[in-house]
Amino acid sequence: MTAGILSWGVYLPHWRLQRAAIGATLGERSGRGTRSVASYDEDTTTMGVEAARRALAALDGAVPEDLFFSTPAPAYLDKTNATAIHAALELPTWAGAYDLAGSVRSAAGAFRSAHAVAGDRRALAVLSDLRSGLAGGAEERDSGDGAAAFVFGEATAGQGVVAELVAHAGTSAEFLDRWRTPGEPDSKVWEERFGQEVYVPLVEAACSEGLKRAGVVATDVDHVVIAGLHQRAVQACRAGLGFRPEATVADRTSSIGNLGAAQAGVMLADALDQAEPGALIAVVVVADGADAFLLRTTSELPRVQAARTSSGLATVAELSSGGRDDLPYARFLTWRGELRREPPRRPDPERPGAPATWRATPWKGGFEASDCRACGFRHLPPARVCLRCRTIDEMDHLRMADVGGQVATFTVDRLAFSLSPPVVGAVVDFDGGGRYRCEMTDVDPDTVEIGTRVEMTFRRLYTAKGVHNYFWKARPVETRSAGEDVGGDGS
Amino acid sequence: MSSNGIRDRVAIVGMGCTRFGERWDKGVDDLLIDAAKDTIASAGVTLDDIDAFWLGTMASGVSGVTLSKPLKIDYKPVSRLENFCATGSEAFRNACYAVASGAYDLAMAIGVEKLKDSGYSGLTGVRPVGDGTDAALSSPAAFSFVAPAYAHRYGVDPDEMKQVMSRIAWKNHSNGAVNPRAQFRKEVSIETITKSPLVAGQLGVFDCSGVSDGSAAAIICRAEDAHRYTEHPLYVKALSFVAGPGGGAIDPDYDYTTFPEVVRSAEDAYRQAGISDPRASLAMAEVHDCFTPTELVLMEDLGFSERGLGWKDVLAGAFDRDGELPVNPDGGLKSFGHPIGASGLRMLFECWLQLRGEAPPERKIRSVDEGRRLGLTHNLGGAPGECVSFVSIVGTEPTA
Repeated sequence: MTAGILSWGVYLPHWRLQRAAIGATLGERSGRGTRSVASYDEDTTTMGVEAARRALAALDGAVPEDLFFSTPAPAYLDKTNATAIHAALELPTWAGAYDLAGSVRSAAGAFRSAHAVAGDRRALAVLSDLRSGLAGGAEERDSGDGAAAFVFGEATAGQGVVAELVAHAGTSAEFLDRWRTPGEPDSKVWEERFGQEVYVPLVEAACSEGLKRAGVVATDVDHVVIAGLHQRAVQACRAGLGFRPEATVADRTSSIGNLGAAQAGVMLADALDQAEPGALIAVVVVADGADAFLLRTTSELPRVQAARTSSGLATVAELSSGGRDDLPYARFLTWRGELRREPPRRPDPERPGAPATWRATPWKGGFEASDCRACGFRHLPPARVCLRCRTIDEMDHLRMADVGGQVATFTVDRLAFSLSPPVVGAVVDFDGGGRYRCEMTDVDPDTVEIGTRVEMTFRRLYTAKGVHNYFWKARPVETRSAGEDVGGDGS
Repeated sequence: MSSNGIRDRVAIVGMGCTRFGERWDKGVDDLLIDAAKDTIASAGVTLDDIDAFWLGTMASGVSGVTLSKPLKIDYKPVSRLENFCATGSEAFRNACYAVASGAYDLAMAIGVEKLKDSGYSGLTGVRPVGDGTDAALSSPAAFSFVAPAYAHRYGVDPDEMKQVMSRIAWKNHSNGAVNPRAQFRKEVSIETITKSPLVAGQLGVFDCSGVSDGSAAAIICRAEDAHRYTEHPLYVKALSFVAGPGGGAIDPDYDYTTFPEVVRSAEDAYRQAGISDPRASLAMAEVHDCFTPTELVLMEDLGFSERGLGWKDVLAGAFDRDGELPVNPDGGLKSFGHPIGASGLRMLFECWLQLRGEAPPERKIRSVDEGRRLGLTHNLGGAPGECVSFVSIVGTEPTA
């Protein structure tokens, strides 16, 4: 048996910035459409968690035991970011968790690595990017934030492979197209025409070798994904590699922007959302060379597509057309740290302690509750002594991160510290029992009400003394239907 | 479970209370010295006569040395304690028990807090190093759950609810306006209160208590010795303190219209004091009006109003200074601010003045002249669903 893709997941943040809003503020033309924007409490790690949760939600059987996390915008250096994802997914302790961080191309490396190690042991590739740029620049305007995740493994009784990797071929080259020194938000790029000149032959070589290894020709390909931050080179390759024009997978950059390291993954997911069984998909990543992946979908795909739909997992098309597109540009700049705002006259939040955080891993990572074996009362956070019957140390632990709930009551807190005030606090009653008071996010304070349906989402509450405080927040459940722009916050 | 109480076994024989406010001119040491000085003068004793001290402060100092050093106390027991917003009351409670036990003849309970030196608005706590998962809601936000819950449960129209809240703030500011020790000494119109900018939920600035510095103290002796120090002692009828299991925060059955901890401590205190009808028996009550909806719910939890009818009593003026049962006649936390360690003793100080007929004519309550002899003080610390509660009852006569 050979390993292939078992499942996929995509996460796009709730917020969209209208490009016109940039121009309106800066007094210049800034184009049409929107870009996706990670909220003030999101980073590449949290978006990676959300994409991975969606991939695992559609997966039967065992969880992955290797995790490769790729991002050019890691939340931490030295310390592994994949372990935070590992904790939020509650993967087994013996599972591997590795970062491939720094370059856009590392996403292709994570994808290949996960495929390479996968067998009867499943592996997860998480590709995440959060792209910034200087105010008014093309990077800021044309890029976007998001994440994609793929589970690789062999078919099992309950879970077939949806796409097999038929062939891969790559080329590498050392040249200055795009670069960024650590700590700086903005990428530098060389003159575009130079990059195009270098890239096109590298992509041609990778593609022709990939096609040859797969034993097919370009016109056999049903869906073509060509992704990269070098827009001119990508356009040239889409037109000039001999693929059928109708096979081109839309990049959706006009509504979500170019997702950088996550773009190829999101576009592949887009293709998997729509492909027929037996379809040939080419994924070409244009970054410091080229990677060409040839994938063949299986007869398992329609069943998985249907299961995803029935379990409420949105397609890339739905995600791209959703979200809330009235984010003010000033707030975007504030979230990105480009606009220094007066802080509230309140103490800075405390840095979480390492030992306390480590002890609380099941709570902080998996949002675990404890259920009393004697009387069934559910405790959030997990307690050792039962509130209802006072039985001690007779508890079963249960992951609540994926359980929905509804707002029992809520408040708008204009005093509490927040990077984006006001804080909306909610008391959430979970389906099947359990109550917890937490922050809400991706929420319009004017539309939340008692009874609003919520789901938990993994976020960065704040960063104190360089420590990112990751935990769960509640957000209104967005209800979307295919191709329909629901706007608002969906509550 | 037993809670036997020490009814009439100890008495307050001297009290002092500083002016509360933004005391930029006074440090913690100064506030402690000022309160202690007034208190020993009030009892006609010297510091040397006092056998043991209980100091309540949340975050203005640690250990008994916080008191012994500025007061130059000579090698005597000084306990420092903290119990949320009931900190000052806890100093008092523990001093009372020490005297009742016979261990000491004369004890001082003193509370202090210096909140304004922090440079921040609102309360700032000192927390142990944690895992970072506590929701970062402010105190006003935590208490703001109460108003909509109450309005919803009892069918009070939102505008009417706002009127009830504003009425409470208006009353307490009116009381504080004539009290020279209060932080805020101005009447505030209902309209100003109602239209004040929102802090959290439906709570406007004027629905929240102030932030201030202050100190207050009491001297306690055995009841039989009380007349050695004063003609008019205050006898301690009941002391009740409870810490809740924190159930409200995690129990879907909790609806934010009551503080179970308050209900329990009030029941305990009334039993100790032998009170069956508090509304008819008490001359006054000093309650923890940290936010206006808190005071509303306390009227029901303390048994002053029927469940669901407290808001009508508030609007009818039942708890005004000249009402049936004056509540917070000194102006409450609303007018005094809330220097955590001092507030509980500040409440007792108002009982000390009013019940013993020492309150000046312009703010005297009528109930004492009408023959009522008992006062109640109450503190609530923490947040709805997860708190501590203290209730004391004091009176001017040794047997009720």
